Amino acid sequence: MLTRKALRLVFHRFVCCAWPLCRECRYPFGVQTDLTILVVERDKTKAHEIIDALMDGGWNDVTVISSPSALERAVKQQNPDIILIDLANPDRDTLEHLSLVSNARGRPVAMFVDQTDAVKTQAAISAGLSAYVVNGLQKDRIKPVLETAIARFRMVTKMQSELDAAKQALSDRKTIDRAKGLLMLARKISEDEAYNLLRKTAMDQGRKVIDVATALVTAAELLQ
Amino acid sequence: MKMAPVHCGYLPLVDCAPLIIAKELKFAAQEGVDLTLAKQPSWSALRDRLAFGEIDFAHMLSPMPVAMTLGLGGVPSDIDALMVLSVNGTVIGVSDTLSTRMRSTGWTNGFNDPGTTSNALLATIENPLRIGVPFPFSMHRMLLETWLSHAPDFTANKIEIVTVPPPKMAEAMHNGALDMFCVGEPWGSVAVQQSGAELVLPGASIWEFAPEKVLGVRHRWAEDNRKLCRAMIRSIYKAALWLDQPENMSLAVEILARTQHLDLPDHAIEPALTRRIVTTNGGTPKQVERFLEFHGGAANFPWRSQAAWIADILAGWHGLDRDNARAAARNCFRSDIYREALSPIGIDLPGASEKVEGSMGVPTVVASTRGEMILGPDRFFSGSVFDFAAKKVPN
Repeated sequence: MLTRKALRLVFHRFVCCAWPLCRECRYPFGVQTDLTILVVERDKTKAHEIIDALMDGGWNDVTVISSPSALERAVKQQNPDIILIDLANPDRDTLEHLSLVSNARGRPVAMFVDQTDAVKTQAAISAGLSAYVVNGLQKDRIKPVLETAIARFRMVTKMQSELDAAKQALSDRKTIDRAKGLLMLARKISEDEAYNLLRKTAMDQGRKVIDVATALVTAAELLQ
Repeated sequence: MKMAPVHCGYLPLVDCAPLIIAKELKFAAQEGVDLTLAKQPSWSALRDRLAFGEIDFAHMLSPMPVAMTLGLGGVPSDIDALMVLSVNGTVIGVSDTLSTRMRSTGWTNGFNDPGTTSNALLATIENPLRIGVPFPFSMHRMLLETWLSHAPDFTANKIEIVTVPPPKMAEAMHNGALDMFCVGEPWGSVAVQQSGAELVLPGASIWEFAPEKVLGVRHRWAEDNRKLCRAMIRSIYKAALWLDQPENMSLAVEILARTQHLDLPDHAIEPALTRRIVTTNGGTPKQVERFLEFHGGAANFPWRSQAAWIADILAGWHGLDRDNARAAARNCFRSDIYREALSPIGIDLPGASEKVEGSMGVPTVVASTRGEMILGPDRFFSGSVFDFAAKKVPN
């Protein structure tokens, strides 16, 4: 006859843990959400995205800090189990140093590198994420956090680069329009002819249309 | 010739010059290396990307490959140093309040006397000195500790060493978060201009021949790509030789300032290359011998004894067995690959791969593979001599 506790264990093992977004589960087999997570991120939108993703995953104790001066204090005060930081954040070296001298409560902080799962670590690095964990925390407790964060990081980075590309395209078009305008005025030609002239010059010189246009606009500004 | 694509990570500091020159003046292309330089936001990021194969080579702080090989820090992995990219080049600076206090003890800033400077420094402090360095595993931290711990008044609780990214050093000095720093150029000069800091010593006054940056590579990758490693060593060697010619100096400043790699203005690059360092805001520059060396005195040779010196300090910090640490470190400074790369093209190389660190007070003639060559000086300010082969080192 199974005891009540064993039944709950079985339930969590096969039912609850099959759900990636389990909010309640506090059992050793399940996704544990009672972790204190510190996110170091300067960009507000990105920080909110990551908090939302972690909250949706059931982790409620998430704090975000943006500045490096707050980092040392936050690590001491909040005593986080996991610290998530953008791989490209220049303050990582400061965190690295803190991790060597161990935190205020004497628990060493280490960068999370799972030697048994190089793929996961590699995925984190290519998504631009690094995680620091407080020693003694079991790997299976970290992995879900990491998975959630990696997924969100990838999405945000992709959105960011798409946004950047769109902004760039818009500003390029403005420059090209101005260059066309200058040509139309100076040479009394049509818009299409002006564009063709820009394109031909670019091709002849092995440059991009936008580079020729920028040069023309800069030169015109200097001559005014 | 078929070009082999190679990615090399670096941090935008003046001492990555050999990499930029190798690329821009086509020394790499001549060796069949299609070199892409990848700027990195921090030493930790550079280390992670090298360890996980996102970059093939890296411009690293000289203690990094040793620390990684010994399993210290974030990502333990077997990393080798193929060559030394630069020797010396760091500066130590103090805040203006601290320099005023030091002057009140009768100290004057000669920018060359570690002994009197540390005495003045330790005589004036009330609270522990907060000292900024770029990375925990850096020659900066090693030189600082070697210097300060030698002072008679020194105790470990008088200083607190913290890591501050170099571009933020000036700001941290300005808002009082730091009392002192040790950093590579241009960030020392920037701190002088922006925070009123005063430079008190060049790193070269503590150790005259300290390996500062090395070319790091994964050990396994180096074994699988020996030919590419040799080509890379040759191209950087030629770039360093070019940088060492005084007549190329102004052109070098121009190239470094113009490429997108550094993103620094001329006046930030010039002091380190011309070795004329301004120690106080508005002061006259001081000429510093061997301030930053890219080539002279066989600067590029990865001495196994340099690795052993680094390992000794790391072993002391982290309680490792000294002999094991030295042995592992020696193997990761690859003087063997360096020789394979350069001796076939007739470059004169040192006869031995280890030297007695700190033994040469003046430039000294030593045996080389093709006769004789001049090395040194490589003295420590304390006069300490490290003979690792004979296991004679000061305690």
